[in-house]
Amino acid sequence: MDRDPVIKVDRLVKHYQGVQAVRDISFEVFPGEIFGLLGPNGAGKTTTLEIIETLRGKTSGKVHVAGFDTDRNPGEIKKLIGVQLQSAGYYPNLTLVELIRLFSGLYNVDTDANAMLRKVGLEDKERARYKQLSGGQKQRFSIATTLINRPVVVFLDEPTTGLDPQARVNLWGLIRGIREQGTTVVLTTHYMEEAEHLCDRVAIIEKGAVIAIDSPDKLIDNLVATGFERKKEMKKASLEDVFLSLTGHKWRDE
Amino acid sequence: MSNQGPSRHGDRYSQVRAMLAISRASFRAITRSPSAVVFTIAFPLIFIIVFGFIGSGAFTIKVGISAGSDTDNPVYKVLEENSSVRMVRHDTAGMMENLRRGRVDAVVDIRSTGSKPAYRVELKTSDASPAKGEVISLIIENTVNRMNIDEAHLRGAAAALQRVQVTGRKYRTIDFILPGQLGFSLLSAGVFGTAFVFFNLRQTLVLKRFFATPIRRPFIILGEAGSRMVFSLLGALVIITIGYYAFGFTLVNGLYTVLTMMLLSAIGLALFMGFGFIVSGVARNDSAIPPLANLITLPQFLLSGTFFSIDVYPEWLQPLCRALPLTYLNDALRQVAFEGAGMGDITNQLLVLCAWGVVLYAVAFKTFRWE
Repeated sequence: MDRDPVIKVDRLVKHYQGVQAVRDISFEVFPGEIFGLLGPNGAGKTTTLEIIETLRGKTSGKVHVAGFDTDRNPGEIKKLIGVQLQSAGYYPNLTLVELIRLFSGLYNVDTDANAMLRKVGLEDKERARYKQLSGGQKQRFSIATTLINRPVVVFLDEPTTGLDPQARVNLWGLIRGIREQGTTVVLTTHYMEEAEHLCDRVAIIEKGAVIAIDSPDKLIDNLVATGFERKKEMKKASLEDVFLSLTGHKWRDE
Repeated sequence: MSNQGPSRHGDRYSQVRAMLAISRASFRAITRSPSAVVFTIAFPLIFIIVFGFIGSGAFTIKVGISAGSDTDNPVYKVLEENSSVRMVRHDTAGMMENLRRGRVDAVVDIRSTGSKPAYRVELKTSDASPAKGEVISLIIENTVNRMNIDEAHLRGAAAALQRVQVTGRKYRTIDFILPGQLGFSLLSAGVFGTAFVFFNLRQTLVLKRFFATPIRRPFIILGEAGSRMVFSLLGALVIITIGYYAFGFTLVNGLYTVLTMMLLSAIGLALFMGFGFIVSGVARNDSAIPPLANLITLPQFLLSGTFFSIDVYPEWLQPLCRALPLTYLNDALRQVAFEGAGMGDITNQLLVLCAWGVVLYAVAFKTFRWE
C-alpha cells in the first residue's frame, strides 16, 4: 500500500486493574479497506476498537485516526468516524426517523432521515421504535447511525453476531456498499467465513497481541505452504450454501 | 492522512446545536412517557381538585335544635339568618351523641314560658368543638342581651360599637394548596425524572453511543436537563392556569405573578435535579432508585407545608421542617402568588435554596457516574 494509513495503531497497551487486556498491538488500516480484527472472545478486540474510537483511555502506545492523535484530538476524530458499538441503546420512545434526526443534530449535519433508512433497507420502518426491530434490523439501523456524518472510517463491532444466515449475508452486502462509497471499514468478528468473504485484510488477535496480519488469501496460502491438509476434503458447497439456496436470500424481517 | 477528511468537516462544530438535538429528542420522549405526564400534571391536579372541593366549605357552625323547641322567636330567627350557622334537627337521644362526638357544635332548646322571662334558652356545647361552641354562645348571648335591653327600655347607651368591614383578599384553600402541589410536583419531577433518566441512559448504553459523537459531556446533561425544565414549566403553567380559572387561585399581579412563579419553579427544579443526579449516581440497580428517591421526596411531601402550614407541627419537629428546601420553595411561591412578593422580597428563601443548591451539586459532582 502506497497511501498513508487512515488508522495507525502503534504498540498499544491497555491494563485494567492488573489485567493486560491489550499487551502490544500495532497495525495500520489503509483508505478503502475492509479490515477485520479477528480473535476469540476476550482477546482484546473490543478494547482495541474502543480505544481507537476515543471511547476508552489507553495505558501506553500511540493511536492516530485520519492523522489525528487520539490523545490530543479526540473531538476531531469523533467527527470523522462512525461507530457501531457491540451493544448500544437508543433513546427510548422515539421512532427511527426521530433517532436519525437526533444523530444528525449530534453530528451537526443535515440528513434526509428517510433516505438514510432507505439506504439500510428500513424505509418501511420509519415510524417503528428501535426495540420493535428484529436483530438484523437493529444492526442495520445501528449502521445507519454510523453513516450520518459521512465518515471517513466506520467501526463495526461484531455486526453479525446473533443474526440468521440471510440477515448476515445481507449485512455483508450493506458493508460492501459502504466501502464502495469510499468509506474505510474496520470490523470485528469471530466468524472466519465472514472475514474470508468480507475482509481485504485481517489481523488475528490472541491474548491482547497481534499474532498474524495479512489478506485472508495470503494467510491461507501460508498455512497450506507449511504442508497443512484439511482432515476432510472440502465439497464445492457448504451447508450454509444449502440453507441459503433452500430458504432464499431475501431479507427476513421476522 | 486521508485527503478527503478534515477539510470536508472544517465547519465549526456547534455543541449547542448538538445539545438542542438532545433536548428535542428528550422532550418528545417525555411527552410520550405516561409516567412523566401523570406525575407532572395529573397528580398535582388531582390533589388540587380534591382539596379545592374539600376546602370550598366556609366556616359553618352546626347547631342542633331539640325536638320540642319553639321556633317562632327572635333567638331562633337570628340563628337561622346567620349565614355561618346551619340548623339541624334530630331526635333528642341522637342529638346528645352527635354533640359529644362533635358532629354538631351546639344544641339549642328554646321554650316559650308564657310568663317572664318570656323565653328560656338552653345552650349545650361540648369539649368536642370548644371554639365553635364559644362563637354560638356569643351569638345567642348577644341576642338575649338585646332582647333584655329592649325589654328594659333603657334610655341612654353606655357604649356604642361601630363595626367597619374592610374588603380584603379572600385567602382560599386553593391559595395554600396550589403552590404546595406545584412545589411538590417539581420535587418529584426533579428527583424521579432525573434519577431514572440518567440511570437508564447509562445502563442502556444510550450515553455510550452519544460519547461516540462529537458532543461534549456537559452538553449532554444540559440538553437533557433543558427538556425536563421546559416540560416541567409547561406543567406548572397548566396547573396555575387551571387553578386560576377553575378554582379562583389568587394571582395578585396577574401575568407578572405567573412569570415570577415560573422563574421560581425553574430555580426549584434546577435545585431538585441535584437530588436526582445524586440518586442516579448512588443507585446500584434500578430497583434501588424508588426507595432512594422516596427517601428524599416523602419527608418533604409531609414536612414542607405541602398540604398544611408547618406551624401545626410540634415544636421539636419545626427545625427539621425549616431545614428542607421544599419548605422555602413553597413559602416563596405562596408569597409571590398571594402577597404579590417579587424576587427581591423573598431573598431569604432564595438564599436557603442557593445554599442547598451548592451542597447538592457538590455531592452530585462527586457521585455522578457516566459509565
